[in-house]
Amino acid sequence: MLSRILCSSVFQKVIMAVTGLSLIIFVITHLSGNITLYFPDGTPFNKYADFLASLGWLLYAAEIGLVATFLLHIATAIQLKMSNSKARPVGYKVYQSKGGPSKANLSSRFMIVSGIALLGFLVLHIWQFKYGPGIEQGYVVDIDGKQVRDLHRLVIETFQNPLYVAIYVISMVLLGFHLRHGFWSAFQSLGMRNPALHSALYKLAFVLAVLISLGFLGIPVWIYLNSTGVAS
Amino acid sequence: MNLTLQVWRQENATKEGRFVTYKADDISPDMSFLEMLDLVNERLIKAGERPIEFESDCREGICGSCGCVINGQAHGPLRGVTTCQLHMRSFKDGDTIVIEPFRAKAFPIIKDLVVDRGSFDRIIQSGGYVTVKTGPQPDGNATPIGKDVADKAMDAAACIGCGACVAACPNASAALFTSAKVAHMSYLPQGQVEAHKRVVNMIARHDAEGFGNCTNIGECHAACPKEISIQHIAIMKKEYICAAANYEPEIQRSEGAI
Repeated sequence: MLSRILCSSVFQKVIMAVTGLSLIIFVITHLSGNITLYFPDGTPFNKYADFLASLGWLLYAAEIGLVATFLLHIATAIQLKMSNSKARPVGYKVYQSKGGPSKANLSSRFMIVSGIALLGFLVLHIWQFKYGPGIEQGYVVDIDGKQVRDLHRLVIETFQNPLYVAIYVISMVLLGFHLRHGFWSAFQSLGMRNPALHSALYKLAFVLAVLISLGFLGIPVWIYLNSTGVAS
Repeated sequence: MNLTLQVWRQENATKEGRFVTYKADDISPDMSFLEMLDLVNERLIKAGERPIEFESDCREGICGSCGCVINGQAHGPLRGVTTCQLHMRSFKDGDTIVIEPFRAKAFPIIKDLVVDRGSFDRIIQSGGYVTVKTGPQPDGNATPIGKDVADKAMDAAACIGCGACVAACPNASAALFTSAKVAHMSYLPQGQVEAHKRVVNMIARHDAEGFGNCTNIGECHAACPKEISIQHIAIMKKEYICAAANYEPEIQRSEGAI
């Protein structure tokens, strides 16, 4: 019966690893597009946003795939967490890490917490920008004779609010923590058995997490500092 | 040394347990942790109280019988040792030591610090063996095995089945134990015949016993008295992924413990 394999502890972690790595690829793609927000001129960013919108059905297909990947990642995580909680019904009075080869840290111990926080962030982020004001509400700009949505203006306006800047910064720090364990852990779950690669990937995960986290959180900070005149 | 112990006392599997505080005075730093408990028990017996139940056998770190969680760490603060090989010089005069059993659903408490690790035996029964012909002893050089391969297999086979990996794991997973038992045979030609059947059934049994899922934290590696690496878990996962297409487990997760 296939379900016996699918429900096994190993296979569920394979699902986490495959969906997790797919989401990391998405995050890197997303960041490489958003780099244009560091430019003072809004045209490159608006062009990029318009290019995505012009993909039509291809964009819908990508979005459906992305949502499915997220849902599978989240549902499996919750399932795993619940079975882990059941595995130790009475907890320890004192519990501490033994250090050494242990990779127990804030990142690895609180994946479910950073994950749930990121889910909340995702809802806010999509509501603010994807379903935020568009051409009908006057967020429109003329690029090469074509009327396109002025998403750049919306982004700039949003990050005038220090509260949003703080939420975005905190969320991206949490993303960094999530990826610090998640990236390396995925390869372990997929049975990566080369010991040399093992430690190399653990270090790479740290570098990747810091770069992605700083790359994203720099955007709202940069925009906020520019608008308040500190950076200019 | 004068110490204060907070020990988990539990009459049996069904009764509720609680922490009881004991004074452990005049303890020599040269005593092993279990000798210290022996002395405390001697005094408890003289005072007409029930002694603290704990498990031990060889007391030289090779049998895997002893083990408890000492100040939140399986087998205590040192790495690469079992509880019996931990000495009181690792503690300071006046310390309070919290002593708890290995806690996991799959390790039900029998009494005080003694837990039932039968779930480990059932994981072994589900696939941790090789089929050999009976009859005269085989020639020692009939199946040559390289030194590097033999060493790797021995690293995994060093597992004494004490259960510290489960105790230390934040998820109470027995992935390290199961992987050590899968990996040491996966390296050797004798283990190849049942390779697919073994890994699939051992993991199915692991899950059915109610152990948690490995989240690659590696606390098990730090707690293991034989310092078995979590790289064996990766080996087990690779074996499983290769086997799952060809072999279906004999039990499923929801079937539960025997």
